[in-house]
Amino acid sequence: GDPLITEVQPWAQGFGDPVDATPYGLPIRFESDAVRRNVPWLTADPISSINFTPIHALDGTITPQGCAFERHHSGAIELAKPDYRLMINGMVDKPLVFSYEDLERFPRENHVYFLECAANTGMEWAGAQLNGAQFTHGMIHNMEYTGVSLRTLLEEAGYDTSAKWIYVEGADASSNGRSIPMEKALDDVIVAFKANGEALRKEHGYPVRLVVPGWEGNLWIKWLRRIEVTDQPVESREETSKYTDVLADGTARKFTWVMDAKSVVTSPSPQAPITHGPGPLVITGMAWSGHGRITRVDVSKDGGKTWETARLAREGENKALTRFYLDTEWDGSEMLLQSRAIDETGYVQPTKAQLREVRGLNSVYHNNCIQTWWVKPTGEAENVEVS
Amino acid sequence: GPFGLGRVAEPDEIAAWNLDVSPDGTGLPDGSGSVADGEQIFSDNCASCHGEFAEGLGNWPKLAGGDGTLANVDPVKTVGSYWPYLSTTWDYVNRSMPFGNAQSLSADDVYAITAYILYSNFLVDDDFVLSRENFTEVEMPNVGGFIPDDRPESEYAHWRVEPCMTDCKGVVEITMKATVLDVTPQESTDTAEPAESSAATAQAEAVPVEQAAEPAPVAEPVLAAFDPDLAAAGEKVFRKCRACHEVGADAKNKVGPQLHAIVGRTVGSVDGFKYSKAMASDGGTWSEEYLAAFLANPKKAMKGTKMSFAGLKKDSDIAAVTEYLKSVVE
Repeated sequence: GDPLITEVQPWAQGFGDPVDATPYGLPIRFESDAVRRNVPWLTADPISSINFTPIHALDGTITPQGCAFERHHSGAIELAKPDYRLMINGMVDKPLVFSYEDLERFPRENHVYFLECAANTGMEWAGAQLNGAQFTHGMIHNMEYTGVSLRTLLEEAGYDTSAKWIYVEGADASSNGRSIPMEKALDDVIVAFKANGEALRKEHGYPVRLVVPGWEGNLWIKWLRRIEVTDQPVESREETSKYTDVLADGTARKFTWVMDAKSVVTSPSPQAPITHGPGPLVITGMAWSGHGRITRVDVSKDGGKTWETARLAREGENKALTRFYLDTEWDGSEMLLQSRAIDETGYVQPTKAQLREVRGLNSVYHNNCIQTWWVKPTGEAENVEVS
Repeated sequence: GPFGLGRVAEPDEIAAWNLDVSPDGTGLPDGSGSVADGEQIFSDNCASCHGEFAEGLGNWPKLAGGDGTLANVDPVKTVGSYWPYLSTTWDYVNRSMPFGNAQSLSADDVYAITAYILYSNFLVDDDFVLSRENFTEVEMPNVGGFIPDDRPESEYAHWRVEPCMTDCKGVVEITMKATVLDVTPQESTDTAEPAESSAATAQAEAVPVEQAAEPAPVAEPVLAAFDPDLAAAGEKVFRKCRACHEVGADAKNKVGPQLHAIVGRTVGSVDGFKYSKAMASDGGTWSEEYLAAFLANPKKAMKGTKMSFAGLKKDSDIAAVTEYLKSVVE
């Protein structure tokens, strides 16, 4: 028989750790693969750079804060709650300054939303490049946020109803300012101070960040310090020279805020090969849409010739990650695995060819194309592009 | 407001934070700066990353050039070729630059740097002076190059159709593999070999320099007077330096040479770093005194150094950074 069963094991005999061994726990050491990773050649310096969520090693929909990807433009700053100030100025009856304590006295909301960097999958525009779902699709996380609706704060300051825009900026040296149309600001934007039940992590904007559901991550200002009500966009660096999309003829789209419907198979994938041989196989992945709920995800094993509709673990939620499963039998032959998300507006995730036809090859941001993993008879998988 | 929370923002508080500048010039303060002044200020504050001619070093952003490349494969998007409004340059330099020392420039400095970036893009002559008064007269070449998001018309209508489920295409072939490029980062255990071989190459190239230089003196005397609190303060000050310099046992050369165990080291002696002539031929030792003079005013202490950092103003910061550099020797 199996000695792990027939023989008394040390953990069945002696003690484990006492309580308080780790006052705030980290994952057990066997899970060291589920960590953020960086692609050093992407940027000049890790102070202004990005890393990637280990989506290949996660399941369900909530991203733990400790491995949720980071993007900083001037490093993750340390800003204590007593030093925190939030200013609302511009076209308002009364310009106001809130302390952190003030924010906690407004009525609170809880919502789960995904945050995707506009550059997620951007390196794949030029063709299959990086071998791992973490690197191709890991600029995303999904958390439950607690905070105050921005509308409540704007009403507190008495915003001018003729104002068309707000301008938001952070307290770090980059300031990362962005303009947001007033319509969105009054719709579902949150000034958040908790994520997944606990305080925001430093790298995610402690103590207060902006949550802009369904829109590109660059707008989710961290260390939020100022909201200016204006009648025009500022045309800041982040919304002109960056986060704009150059089309084939050299003109560029700007204000491309919404993250369109997208999905990816997270297992099997290059960092999560099949190790168990033929037989029952769970194919899983995640889908999301900045337009609303995911209603359906299809999976193809033959590079898009035929599709099967996957099972959603739960009904899709508004602007949040949805987990899908295809419970299947693997015969041990090669597969060209793809997934295709459909949202409540009927938007169907496009192929790379469809995107290139409209946008050309010079885009960086907003690549929501269908991804292909070539799963070999060995169970190993590789990032490929197919005809 | 309805909740009566928060307090009124004071005018000086709004003035301190409400710095953003819009395309129509809203938000610009009084001031002016010339291309000639901008060249010097740019050299001192910006060139270590963006290059003396704003051409961009390494992976750092190019600010000049790229004219007419936007429709090419891999367009070069610079202030001159791409940025639609001059206000964006002024605003970004004013609030977020220099990298690691933001909001340290005067309004006149920012006008001058902006003027120099325009000059680097051949958009103004060398006698040009930019000011609040003539700011909106400068029109950027790509001002008409942007359209608001048109995905709802150009994409969504086509893709909101019932998708194909069977016989969707004929033969499916792999047209590209990630392993061909093979740029995926490896786990650290796998990278040991290439890192060693490149280090070996760098060492081999540096051998003649090694032979010419004096052997580095032993550094133990400085450790006796070590002050851990001061070193901790110095670690914070060192954030200004980190954009260009690494410390620690695995420190690598970046824009500047690695500074591991620099106190007591021979000046200009790091393998594989391309020093200025002044630094390479100095021949001295980084004593605490020499380091303090250099940190206070690099260009004064060593005429011809290419380090463009302007220097640390406070003696206490210099002492703290020096103590920190003494502490990172293991």
